[in-house]
Amino acid sequence: MFLDFVEGPLWYAAAAVFLVGVAWRLAAIARAGLKEDLSVPRTAGAPGAVATVFRRFLPHREFMRPAAFQMVAGYAFHIGLFVLVLFAAPHVEFIEQRILGFGWTPAPHWVFLLAANFAFAGLLLLWLRRMLDPVLRRISTLDDHIGTGLTFVVMFTGCMALFESHDFLRALHMLFVDLLLIYFPFSRLMHAFTFILSRGFTGATMARKGVSA
Amino acid sequence: MSERFEQGVAALRRLMDARIVSYFSSCVHCGLCAEACLFYTETGDPKYTPIYKLEPMRKMWRQENTFWGKLGVKLGLTEPLAEQDLADWETLVYDSCTLCGRCSMVCPVGNDIAYMIRKEREGMVAAGYAPDGMKEATRRALEIGSPMGVTLKTLRATLKGVERNTGLAIPVDAQGAEYMTLFSSMEVVNFPEYIESIARIFAAAGVSWTISSEAFEATNSGIQIGDSKAAGELVGRVVSAAEKLGVQYVISPECGHAFTAIRWEGANLIGRPLPFKVIHILELLEQLREEGRLKLEGHTDIRLTFHDPCQIVRRGGVVEQPRQLLREVATEFVEMRDHGVMNWCCGGGGGVSANERAEPLRLQAFQRKKKQLDELGVETMVTACANCRIILEEGIEHYGMDVQVTGLTELLAEHLAGPAES
Repeated sequence: MFLDFVEGPLWYAAAAVFLVGVAWRLAAIARAGLKEDLSVPRTAGAPGAVATVFRRFLPHREFMRPAAFQMVAGYAFHIGLFVLVLFAAPHVEFIEQRILGFGWTPAPHWVFLLAANFAFAGLLLLWLRRMLDPVLRRISTLDDHIGTGLTFVVMFTGCMALFESHDFLRALHMLFVDLLLIYFPFSRLMHAFTFILSRGFTGATMARKGVSA
Repeated sequence: MSERFEQGVAALRRLMDARIVSYFSSCVHCGLCAEACLFYTETGDPKYTPIYKLEPMRKMWRQENTFWGKLGVKLGLTEPLAEQDLADWETLVYDSCTLCGRCSMVCPVGNDIAYMIRKEREGMVAAGYAPDGMKEATRRALEIGSPMGVTLKTLRATLKGVERNTGLAIPVDAQGAEYMTLFSSMEVVNFPEYIESIARIFAAAGVSWTISSEAFEATNSGIQIGDSKAAGELVGRVVSAAEKLGVQYVISPECGHAFTAIRWEGANLIGRPLPFKVIHILELLEQLREEGRLKLEGHTDIRLTFHDPCQIVRRGGVVEQPRQLLREVATEFVEMRDHGVMNWCCGGGGGVSANERAEPLRLQAFQRKKKQLDELGVETMVTACANCRIILEEGIEHYGMDVQVTGLTELLAEHLAGPAES
């Protein structure tokens, strides 16, 4: 019954909050508006915006060393999570049956294990740095910790559910997934969508000036 | 709540555009911007983390643009932005940020933190929280026409000296000239050799140019302090003078913020496209060289490097021209490890040099430039900004270093080819 609830009404409610919330946040950015830039550009802004969206996936060559830890841990976490969310067998099945009506070949078990290890290691390393580094301690907020904590619990219960194949564990996992979806639009997790805009705005402005950002 | 504070809050609210909202929405508090800021790297103090300098503005964004922020303030669980926040952050916003924009180049989510701080300063200054030195400089700029108090009489005296030294007549208010040249006060007072240099180069290259007696000052204190109204007034004077003289181009001098003010913010500040093109002196010199009008001869064999003025290079897009010009006259030109768009600031931009109380911190931050110079072991550093030059000379003097600083335009003028013999 608990499983039916978290995979039924709560899931639909969480998905609705997620979709409406994300759309609302993105609309809020659009509503804030931007004045037309009247300066004469050296190069067009739009291609610069697109270029910067992709360019910032790697740090500037000169900044590779200071960014190394965050880049490695960040990619381990994000790529690991991406593989888990989209290619874990139960997720593919869930997406096929409940969301899209079609699925794809799931990742083999060893890929799942590898991705999970990367995701956990990355997330924990980033969180440890947040707790230990004086700069990160100064700038971190409760939201940063809640987002990390919820993501960790979702990943942890997901692994437990997969290994134990128990309905209660699956329900627990779904409960935290639902909570994460509800929390998402109100949190920094929104960066998963807004980074495209923030990189794009900067890329466009700098491209107008003739600078590759 | 004081009236001034309300004005500050209103300014911050007004400036919360799509860029700022997306930047705050995207920031994941990774702290990487700290490693790009010389005030953090040279002090190790986390309070100098660039994104932390935006805490008052972030608070404003949170309480007005986010669910938790609105709810927290409503329930009395979160303190809204208070006047004390602005008072507490004044030194961080003005003393420890040169608006150099290095942090903006490294943010993984692409936040232009320099842009955000520039906007935050608008709120700070509207609320009355800005350094006295910068307030005074802005007042002088508006009332006298120059942040250093340079008047037309001072300029005329300098020009007389230039005419004496060069044997050239300096055109003032020449109707229909192609180019109108601006100067920074520092060039008029401290580095008249810059004016001599462009006079020589322009005469040799056959450039039709003039100075306006009504608007010769390029420095824009309004941009530095974050007062758009003042900045617009100062840009407006240049526009009006250029329109009167009917020039096609306005030349921005060897001054970083002056270039940003007129080239990138000018039209936006006056609310209409500029009726002339803005060109930086280095862009023009390189253009003249390419056209064969600027002929250079000889070269220096001294090992030298180029200090990139942030607002001209990283924030202005004039990246390759100074390098191309330098290579023409210097055989031993070497680059610092971090150069071009990833250069390290001199520590005195963004009005920090006009802010007396920031001097000890500025000199501490200069250690970054010192490390760069020590690593290269150069005898000469060339730059293209009068403000950078003063700051670099002060830092070099403070640390007892043996490095000469010179302006790029002067260096080029020294290698100007003589008239061809017939």
